[in-house]
Amino acid sequence: MNIYYNFAYFDEGSKQEIRRAILKAVAIPGFQVPFASREMPIARGWGTGGLQLTLALIGRSDILKVIDQGCDESVNAVSIKRLVTKTTGVDITDITERATIIQSRHRIPEVPLTTDQILVLQVPIPEPLRHYEPSEMATQKLHAEQEYSGAWLMLFEQIMHYRHMSTGADHPVLVHNRYVMAPSPIPRYDNPKLNYSPALVLLGAGREKKVYAVPPYTQVVSLAFQDFPFRVENFSGKTCRLCGYAAAYLDELVDDTTGTTFFQCNDTSYCFKRRNETAL
Amino acid sequence: MAYVAVKGGAQAIEASIRRLKFERLKRGRVLGVPEALAGLRSLIDQVMSEGSLYCEALAALAIKQAEGSPEEAVFVLRAYRSTLPRKYYSKTIEPQAMEVERRISASFKDIPGGQILGSSPDYTHRMLDLTLLDESDVSVGLWLREFTALPAATAGNEAASLRALPKVAQYLREQQLLPHYLPDDTPPADVTKQSVQFPTTRSQRLQMLTRGQTGAVTALAYAALRGYGGQHPTVGELRVGQVPVYVDDPLQAEAADGEAYYLGQVKVTEVEALVVKSAGKNAQKKSLTFALGYGLCLGQNETKAIAMSVLDQCLEAGDPQYPTHNEEFVLMHIDSVEATGFISHLKLPHYVTFQSKLDSIRRTSDRLAEAAKECAP
Repeated sequence: MNIYYNFAYFDEGSKQEIRRAILKAVAIPGFQVPFASREMPIARGWGTGGLQLTLALIGRSDILKVIDQGCDESVNAVSIKRLVTKTTGVDITDITERATIIQSRHRIPEVPLTTDQILVLQVPIPEPLRHYEPSEMATQKLHAEQEYSGAWLMLFEQIMHYRHMSTGADHPVLVHNRYVMAPSPIPRYDNPKLNYSPALVLLGAGREKKVYAVPPYTQVVSLAFQDFPFRVENFSGKTCRLCGYAAAYLDELVDDTTGTTFFQCNDTSYCFKRRNETAL
Repeated sequence: MAYVAVKGGAQAIEASIRRLKFERLKRGRVLGVPEALAGLRSLIDQVMSEGSLYCEALAALAIKQAEGSPEEAVFVLRAYRSTLPRKYYSKTIEPQAMEVERRISASFKDIPGGQILGSSPDYTHRMLDLTLLDESDVSVGLWLREFTALPAATAGNEAASLRALPKVAQYLREQQLLPHYLPDDTPPADVTKQSVQFPTTRSQRLQMLTRGQTGAVTALAYAALRGYGGQHPTVGELRVGQVPVYVDDPLQAEAADGEAYYLGQVKVTEVEALVVKSAGKNAQKKSLTFALGYGLCLGQNETKAIAMSVLDQCLEAGDPQYPTHNEEFVLMHIDSVEATGFISHLKLPHYVTFQSKLDSIRRTSDRLAEAAKECAP
């Protein structure tokens, strides 16, 4: 018995269905569109939402880049790339500028994206209001009524408790002045890149069966107060050990032998690019 | 920091996959799919039910590939299921027409048609059977010949009557103890084609429950019985057997009844559980009646089918004081692929998000230190 897989794994009917959900998501920026998420050969919670979007969109001429927490070579990025090449044969790249579709877990590349590129973000929990409201039925109502006082209150209480907003990654944003949206657990450092991004940003949550989008050139504002402005992660005084760059999101690593802490660009392909340029 | 941030991840993954293959094969013996089909009936039934794909051979292959892990086998089957175009829906399956292999009632001793124990481990002592160590094809052949020579060994002798056993629920309806409902011919929802929205319909609930992970469905129903729920049902009828599956002629959508293709039969477990329910006020007097909780699973999965019938009733009642009566709480957390996937994603690198958390925590402790300084005399 032989099993033949269609181009990009899914049958065409499934792909069309996902594309319809994407179109709706683009038409209503920041709104979570439910879709019949398929089970994938990759585990739920390991990027199946992003993967379904990528597979529904990809064509033979596309060039795909996949990153996992900034790294092209991370286990799951490699695994996703292997599945896509096995079922489509498309070109894979590490170079951000070359890619037409970039699937990413929890990072937006350091290289500015262009209108010819689509960024697909993997989303574990698409509901920005889930922290204080566990019920889906209730959060849908809150979105419909644009009732976001809970989100503001959550940030206010953090300030009361800790004297600053203590969100880590996934700091909520307001899209197109309408929907509060979970930007997926990108660091706060990446939130400003969503604002008026020339590239289309699609967010897919496979387990939670939701697709949402930030269309090109859409206003995206991180929630904050006038007297407590939004702040990105602080890397002041730290530079990348490899490329010497100071203005990137850095990984904190510990030297095995000396036990000292050092820093390194999290976006590995960007770091390579910088080192290659300086070498020339 | 070993499995990200360094080049060479791809080779490491290749090596890990080879290692997995080695673990499966290192004893130098192959578990054949025929052997798995012959000896792992219950596991195959469980995997088909949670995988919501009825094919014993593919389930056996998935189990072989997964080295016997139900969650992995279900995962593989579900992923394969995603690649299959789904073109037809079967005609309504009538469990009344089941070719019954086993059928018991905990409500009535003498049910019309009688109790049929069929095959079940329920009546065995669960003592480790060391004689199985010496089972051989020859001894099994002898035993089989003896067994099949017994007069009532196979159900085939009475197949005609076993295909038309009356339902226990029918008896209760005749006694006016169960309300009569008009048949509802609304086409059922398909949660695999349209993601479920809350509040759900009963067809969505039943579909999600029947695809649920056996352990999860059982645990939640157990919690409901133990006190975190308001139901304690009686199993009116549990039946296990084969039901025929037909599809309408796809070229003649409007074909008359009877113009359908027979696809084969599937084995299912069906449970109808009874709970007492208030029938509302009638002439200033409150009256009580029975209600049915329904469970149906692919294969012989009796605990799961009973648990499903319990949760069906819990969700129908919807009492807000119990989590087991909350449809989001129950339905969103029982799917094997979703639950195991999200739990296992915690093994993925979280370096970026953790760095962000670190930053946030450090900022808090900086502020605390500042505050302490300010307060110092």
